[in-house]
Amino acid sequence: MFGYYLDLALHSFRRSIVLTVLMVLAIGLGIGASMTTLTLFHVLSGDPIPQRSAQLFYVQLDAEGKGDYTPGAEPNIQLTRFDAEALLREKRATHQAVMSGGFAPLQTGDGSPVALDGTFPQLRYTSADFFPMFDVPLRYGRPWSEADDQARARVTVISSELNQAMFSGADSTGRTLRVAGHDLRIVGVLAPWRPTPRFYDLNLRDAYAGSETAYLPYSTSRDLKLARSGTMDCWADSKGDATALDAPCAWLQYWVELDNPGAVRAYREYLDAYSDHQHAAGRFERPVNTRLRSVMEWLDFNKVVPSDVRLQLWLAFGFLLVCLVNAVGLLLAKCLRRAAEIGVRRALGAARRDIFAQFVVEAGVVGLAGGALGLLLALGGLWVVRQNPASYAQLAHLDAAMLLATFALALIASLLAGLLPAWRACGVTPALQLKSQ
Amino acid sequence: MDIRPILSTLRRHKTAAALIVLEIMLTCAILCNGMDLVAQRIARVQRHTGWAEPELVVIGMLGIDTDANTDALTRQDLIALRGVPGVRQATTTNQVPYGDSSWNTGIQLTPDQQRRTLLASQYMVGEHFLDTTGVRLIAGRDFLPDEYIDLSAADTADKRMLPILVNRPMAAQLFPDGEALGKTVYQLHRPLKIVGIVDPLSAVRDFEPDHPALVMPVRMSYNRGASFLLRVDPAQRAAVLKAAVAELERINPNRVVLLQKSFVDIKHDFFAPDRAMAWLLVSVCAALLVVTALGIVGLASFWVQQRTRMIGTRRALGATRGQILRYFQTENLLLTSIGIALGMAGAYGINQVLMSHYELTRLPPAYLPIGALVLWALGQVAVLGPALRAAALPPVAVMRAG
Repeated sequence: MFGYYLDLALHSFRRSIVLTVLMVLAIGLGIGASMTTLTLFHVLSGDPIPQRSAQLFYVQLDAEGKGDYTPGAEPNIQLTRFDAEALLREKRATHQAVMSGGFAPLQTGDGSPVALDGTFPQLRYTSADFFPMFDVPLRYGRPWSEADDQARARVTVISSELNQAMFSGADSTGRTLRVAGHDLRIVGVLAPWRPTPRFYDLNLRDAYAGSETAYLPYSTSRDLKLARSGTMDCWADSKGDATALDAPCAWLQYWVELDNPGAVRAYREYLDAYSDHQHAAGRFERPVNTRLRSVMEWLDFNKVVPSDVRLQLWLAFGFLLVCLVNAVGLLLAKCLRRAAEIGVRRALGAARRDIFAQFVVEAGVVGLAGGALGLLLALGGLWVVRQNPASYAQLAHLDAAMLLATFALALIASLLAGLLPAWRACGVTPALQLKSQ
Repeated sequence: MDIRPILSTLRRHKTAAALIVLEIMLTCAILCNGMDLVAQRIARVQRHTGWAEPELVVIGMLGIDTDANTDALTRQDLIALRGVPGVRQATTTNQVPYGDSSWNTGIQLTPDQQRRTLLASQYMVGEHFLDTTGVRLIAGRDFLPDEYIDLSAADTADKRMLPILVNRPMAAQLFPDGEALGKTVYQLHRPLKIVGIVDPLSAVRDFEPDHPALVMPVRMSYNRGASFLLRVDPAQRAAVLKAAVAELERINPNRVVLLQKSFVDIKHDFFAPDRAMAWLLVSVCAALLVVTALGIVGLASFWVQQRTRMIGTRRALGATRGQILRYFQTENLLLTSIGIALGMAGAYGINQVLMSHYELTRLPPAYLPIGALVLWALGQVAVLGPALRAAALPPVAVMRAG
C-alpha cells in the first residue's frame, strides 16, 4: 500500500506544483534555520571531555576577608597561591593539578622570534597531573613528571601548532624553546588538541579560542617570574607582589580527579576540614564555604554558551513554528481541493484509515524533500556562521548526529503538520462529494 | 463595505482562517522582538567614547630581555614617539576602551571602611593623557609634572597620597550632595585626592555611561602591561603607525610587538559579533516575512478557487470587479488585524521571557505600530494576486462550470 500512496503523492505533486514547491520551501527554510543554530548550540554546549567529565572536579575555597562578606554568597572562582600549593602538597585526590594562564615572548633556541600566524602565544603553567587527568594526547615524548615539578625543571610540552611552526612537525623532543629569555627543554609534543570549550580555565576572555601554545611547570613559572593572564582578585593590600605566596589574591585554578561518589564525599569533607584549619589559624576570616563542581556543573555555572547563541536558537525555533503553521495551511488547502478524489476512493472501498495513511505519507514525502532542502540551507547557514569573527564560529560544522537530526526534525515536523489535513481528509463524506460532482 | 458576509463566510472556514491568524500572530510577535534586538545592537555599535577616536592608534609590546630597565626604556620610547612625523601626542595607559585589558579598583570614603563605596574603572597613565585622548577637563586641574610616579614605586608599601582625576558619574556617586573636587578618598589604605573632574571617560567593557572611572598619574612600562597610545594625523594613520613601530624596534630590538592597531579597528573588531548578530536577525525577520507572505498567497489562492461559484453568483447579480477585489482585501485585513492584535500580546509575552533571561530592556511600544503596518502591507500585497484573479473571473464561465 505504501508504494501506491507514494505514487498518489507524486501524482498530486505534479497536479499542483506551485503549492508543493511552496510547502517544501516553507519546511526547508524552517529546518535550515533551526538546524543551523541547533548545530552551533550542539557544538558549543557539548561535553569537552566526555569520557571523564563526571570524575573531574573544580575546587573553590572562601579565603577572602570579612569586609565584603554576604552569607551564602559564592566563594571566589579561583584559589590563592597559598591554598593551591597546600592542596597540591597534600595530594588527597587520584590526580590533581594547579594551573594558570600566562604569556611570554617565544624564541627558538638560537634566539629568533617564533611567529604563529598572527596569534599571540598563550602559555599554561600547571603541574604534572594535568596531562593524565585531562587525557591530553601526546604526539611525541612524554609529559613532565612530579619530580620535574619539585625540581622546578626547565622543561616544556608544546602544542602541535607550535611544533609545526618551529620544527615543521618533526619530533622535537630534546630541542629548546626560549620563553621570555629562558631556555626550556622540550620533553613532549601534543597531538592536535582543542577541548571545546576550554573548560579548565574559564576566566580567560574567550572559552572557545582553543588550547595553549606551550605548557610548563607551574613551579618553574614562579621561579622565572613569568607573566600570568586571566582574572585576579585581591581583597587586601598585596604589598607589591600579587603573586607572592602569602598575597591575599586569587588567581589559580585547581582541578582534582575523584573516581567514585565515596571519594567525592571524602574530598568535600577534606576541603571543609582544610577551611576549618585555616580559619583556626587565622588565615580565613569567613565561615567554611567550599565548592566542588564537576565539569558540566562548572560549565553551567559559568554560563559558557554565549547568550547570543541561545537567543538565536529560540529565534530559529520560532521561525520553524511559523513555517510549520504555514505548511499546515498549505497542506489543508491542497487536501480540501481534492475532496472529489477522496470521495471516489472512499466510494470504491477505501477505509478512512487508508485515506488518513495516504495523506500522512504525502506529508512525509514533503517533509523529506523539505529536509533535503533544509540540509542544503543549513550547510549554507553554517558557512555564513563560520564567516563570523567570534572564535566559536569556526567550530560550526555539521556532524553525523546533526545530519540525522535534520531529517528526523523535518520528518517529525511535516508529519505533525500533516495530521490536521489528513484528519480532515478522512472525514470527507463520499456520498456528498459524489452528488456535488 | 459590509463585513457581515465576510464574517459568515469565515465562520464556515474556521480552520483555514485560524491558521492565517496564527501565522500572522507568530510573525508579529517574533518581528517586534527581532526589530527591538536589532535596534539594541545598532545602538551598542554606534556608541562613542567621546575620545578622538579616528586619530588614535595603540601599540603594545613585550620585552625578551628580562633584565632591561623597562621604566627608563618606556620614557625614552615616549620621547622618540613624539618626534615621529605625524604623531601629535603620545602617552602610556594600562587600558583602552574596547581593549583586552581591564583594571578595576574598589574606592572607599574612609581608610577603615569595611565595604567599598564603589567599584571604579582604573586608568593608569603617563604624561599628556588628556591631550592624547581628547578627554576634557571640566573642573580642577590636570596632573603636575612632578606628580607622576612609576608603577614600580606605586607598588611598594609606601602609602603616599596620589592625585586622581575622576569622571563625572564617579564624582556624583561619591559625593551626591557636595563638591567632589579637593576631597580625599581611599584605595584600601592609600589616600587619593581628587584634583580634577574629566569628561567623557568610560569603563573599558562596561559601557553604561554612568560607570565610575578614575585616572592615576602612574607610569607603567610596556613590560607591565601598558600600551602606547598615540594621537596621530588621521589622514596618514596607517603610515604613522608603521613608522612609530619601526622607531620602537630601532630603540630596542629585543622586544616583540604584540599589538599595533588603530582605535577604529579595535572598536570595529570588538563589535563584530554584534554586527553579525544584527545581520542574522534582519535576515531571519526578512525570511519570516517571505514565508508568511507565501502562506497567505497559498491559502488565498485556494480560497478563490473554492469560492469560484460564489464569486460567479455575485458577479451575475451585479457585483463589480472592484467589489470582488475589495471583498478579498477586506477579508485579509480582518484576519491580519486579529493576528496582529494577538501577536502584540505575544510580543510582550516573549519580551518578558527574554528580559528575564538575557538582560534585555522592555520592548518600546513604538515597535508595535511599525510591526502592524508592515504586516498589514504584507497581507495586502500577498492577497492582491489571488484577489485580482478572482475579480477577473468572467461570471458566465463560472456559472456554467459550476
